[in-house]
Amino acid sequence: MSLTYLEAIREAQYEALRRDPNVFLYGQDIGAFGGAFKATKRLVDEFPKRVLDAPISEDAMVGVAIGAALEGARPIIEMQFADFSACGFNQIVNHAGTHYWRTGVPCPIVIRLPSGGTAGSGPFHSQSMESVYAHYPGLVILTPATVEDAYHMLLDAVALDDPVIFCEHKFLYYHLKADSLPDEAMPIGKARIARPGRHATIVTYSAMVHESIRAAEELQHDGYQIEVVDLRSVKPMDTETILGSVARTGRLLCVGESFPWGGVCAEVIARVVADGFHLLDAPPQRLNSKDTPIPYHPNLWRAHRPTALSIAAALRKLLQD
Amino acid sequence: MIRCLRRPPTAIVKTPATASTKKHSAKESFLTAYRHMLSARLLEDRLATLYRAGGKIVGGVYLSRGQEAFSAALAVQLKKGRDIYAGLIRDQAGRMAFGEPLLDTTRTYLGSALGPMRGRDGNIHRGRPKEGMPAMISHLGTSISVVAGMLLARRLQGRLGDTVGAASVGDGATSTGAFHEGLNMAAVEKLPMVIAIANNQFAYSTPTSRQFACADLIERARGYGVEGYKVDGTDLGDCLDVFEKAVERARHGHGPQMIVGTLLRLSGHGEHDDASYVPPQMRQSDLGRDCLPAAEKTIRSGKWLSDSEFDSLRIEVQQEIDQAFAQSMQEPAPDPYKETWSSFSTLELADGWQVR
Repeated sequence: MSLTYLEAIREAQYEALRRDPNVFLYGQDIGAFGGAFKATKRLVDEFPKRVLDAPISEDAMVGVAIGAALEGARPIIEMQFADFSACGFNQIVNHAGTHYWRTGVPCPIVIRLPSGGTAGSGPFHSQSMESVYAHYPGLVILTPATVEDAYHMLLDAVALDDPVIFCEHKFLYYHLKADSLPDEAMPIGKARIARPGRHATIVTYSAMVHESIRAAEELQHDGYQIEVVDLRSVKPMDTETILGSVARTGRLLCVGESFPWGGVCAEVIARVVADGFHLLDAPPQRLNSKDTPIPYHPNLWRAHRPTALSIAAALRKLLQD
Repeated sequence: MIRCLRRPPTAIVKTPATASTKKHSAKESFLTAYRHMLSARLLEDRLATLYRAGGKIVGGVYLSRGQEAFSAALAVQLKKGRDIYAGLIRDQAGRMAFGEPLLDTTRTYLGSALGPMRGRDGNIHRGRPKEGMPAMISHLGTSISVVAGMLLARRLQGRLGDTVGAASVGDGATSTGAFHEGLNMAAVEKLPMVIAIANNQFAYSTPTSRQFACADLIERARGYGVEGYKVDGTDLGDCLDVFEKAVERARHGHGPQMIVGTLLRLSGHGEHDDASYVPPQMRQSDLGRDCLPAAEKTIRSGKWLSDSEFDSLRIEVQQEIDQAFAQSMQEPAPDPYKETWSSFSTLELADGWQVR
């Protein structure tokens, strides 16, 4: 049996629906059509009352999820693209994110964001929103980089009593395959050493884990062993694993696909500088996309986001410092 | 004035009650609503006094003066403990009519650590989400989809029964995207909802002429495919009638019901606002009629309460309010050193949640 990252997300939703009658899916085109990416393919046939098409109303979709969660339901909202969650931003950050702290009543919702760039998708179908939502209190932000994590972390997200922003990467949907799914996975909040090394650490997440591993393989030819840390969840952030890796390597490069200003990479570096300054042999670096909207043409798009090539270049510079 | 904008697709089935029992139940609801109106007015007068005196209330005070009839009339038609009621900024009367204890108001305004919001949120931003009373946020229109979601969950769980969910908003909220999306979605799902719009002529200081261009908000009902009714929001009897009908129609499968109450806010947006933007002639018009003495007039003309009964009701309500304030003032304030600074309910996920 071979399974893609996208199929794992579909399987996790099937399993969540099967396990708990309180789980339901709500989103645009997710019913008979099976979703824009087919992440809910044929789920409506199995669970006709619990896979519901929504109007193009992201604010209302999240509001519905919040209300349903208060009544004991476990909604999974599919945003057609992460970019459109901006239209539901208010309900996400001001309503779902504040609910438990204000009222003492948890708000267990999962919002799936098909995230990140693919060639030709342009400014409004390519964004990565994890840094934006991580800024606000009350939201768990998950960024699975593997088929196994896509499956298990989505199930964990549904079981969690807090609102979860589930950033699944569209570039990985079809590219990434696994032969089987393990029965268990690491808990939410724990980072994973995706590749061990001793000369420098890359802290990254989501699709950039794979670009970073390719860059690390490239540098192996020059005799460098690069450690790659996959954050898995950017909030909560596993500072301990990050510091442990930097303690081994003395050098840090943080790679993210989201825009450069502020964000997850800035947070990682701030934490390492604050708590592990003495571990650093060189100034920590970050590599994000460029500070422009995401371009349409593949030539521009490839230059806009970090790639194995640009990560390798950043690593070489870091290793010379 | 009650106007049904869209002819109901089926005749309303009325229980074959005799005229006398019908009148009796109308009288009961009227008096119940009146009691909550009176309680809201006296409580809010006290809040305004405390605000002006300074020191006890740190945030703003938002009064519902002039809107008590429209607010209470909806909530008294709902079943406490079974239906859903999402009150907003000017629903002191409605919240109490739906069963919110007086202490929730006084504790939340005074910041008691024992209140439902424990000093984490204040004044009107309160609720009991597990008892059908979601806690409003300041972003208008957001409660409509939340109530819709509550109903949708009950439907999925097979326990919707004849539940009705009500959301209360003002004319200003009708301009938000959240209002449009929520009402549209509720209509698509044909949910048993009542959306009460108190058109108090001003969103903060902005008059309706700068808020919408349609001749009347009730015209929007047709666009959403929901039934719409308009009512004089200063007339408690009319409000009770229209909400009784709307709640029944929602309960019996006729989908969302939109009710626009026309009235005037007889205070500022908050007590910091002198409402000097309200033209004097508007205050003197029918819109500016105070619903509380108007309801008292109806009660007196029907001889439903004697003078002494009026007096003892007022004393009783005042005592309840005094007691709630006195108790809340003696309660502990929240302590930042004992606060659990975690916005996650899953404490092990909280990052640095202890006070540093």
